[in-house]
Amino acid sequence: MPVPDAFLDLWVYMAASPLLHLLLTLLAFMLAQWVNRRAGGTPFLHPVLVAIALLVSLLLLTGTPYSTYFEGAQFIHFLLGPAIVALAVPLYDHRERIRREFLPLMLACVAGILTAVGSTILLVRLLGGREDTLLSLAPKSVTSPIAMGIAEQIGGYPALAAGIVLITGAIGCVLGPPIFKLLRIKDHAVQGFAMGLAAHGFGTAQCFSYSNLAGAFAGLAMGVTGLLSAFLIPLIMRFFA
Amino acid sequence: MLAGFAALLLFQLIGELLVRLTGLPVPGPVLGMALLLAGVLLLKKVPESLRQASEGLLRYLPLLFVPAGVGLINHGLLLKQDLWVILITLVVSTALTLAVTVLVLQFLRKRWGMDDAGS
Repeated sequence: MPVPDAFLDLWVYMAASPLLHLLLTLLAFMLAQWVNRRAGGTPFLHPVLVAIALLVSLLLLTGTPYSTYFEGAQFIHFLLGPAIVALAVPLYDHRERIRREFLPLMLACVAGILTAVGSTILLVRLLGGREDTLLSLAPKSVTSPIAMGIAEQIGGYPALAAGIVLITGAIGCVLGPPIFKLLRIKDHAVQGFAMGLAAHGFGTAQCFSYSNLAGAFAGLAMGVTGLLSAFLIPLIMRFFA
Repeated sequence: MLAGFAALLLFQLIGELLVRLTGLPVPGPVLGMALLLAGVLLLKKVPESLRQASEGLLRYLPLLFVPAGVGLINHGLLLKQDLWVILITLVVSTALTLAVTVLVLQFLRKRWGMDDAGS
């Protein structure tokens, strides 16, 4: 059968080329954005989650290993580094407010980190989870490059920790808006700060869709939480876990 | 725009190199962000090309998380073992963290009379 053979050859060529998975990532995200708009912007169908679900299904269906996919997608992944550096610009734009509220921001950050880690230890213990689950869950609110380092240091699995961080980010994006509504928090700076603290880069990305102010404070919280957690979490785990 | 993008890469590179040299437990880009912030604070303004490059990148920030997120495909088995413990812990703990952070921040701002910025 010459026709299917030709298709198979083409597929083998395309599946091995980074171009295909780069293109698929962009298409999946555009489709996810469209789905999200059609659904009235609900965080349950967050474009990042929908895009990830689409791509995971596609890889499973075609039996493509993640490493092959990543050869194409790495060009997008690479831009995360300069994007984190770019957060300096919105932080500069809101420097006056950050300077004025520096102390409350730092205290809220420590309170948030203690809540995140403390409630995780307590819940995993109560629910009878395994010890390595606890160690991989502890840095869940920390941006993934730092979380992987912390997990390694306290004896969890870095790869699982990175995955947990992404799920936490998505959960934060879903839970944030109803919690702010319930607690009657309207200030975008306060909302952003909590989202960046609890849901790191995912929360920050989501906050830039509220306003530049929310995004700047989310970026600030993500950075400070990462820095403080790198020191605090190993300490907390030594005393309480 | 090109000069701005080059500046972002340069500061990331400086950040990565400093982390290598000092062994600080911080990722290079986070250090790069701190250094770039120090830079624009000294300069007292954001050059137009840097602003264009930064805002262009940050507009697509959600997209940049997709490749790493697809990596969850490799953690399927590990996640399954303690699935319910993990899910309940993540949902409850994340909700508590969000609530405690906004409440503490709001309380301290009101207490210290910083609430004028308002909503």
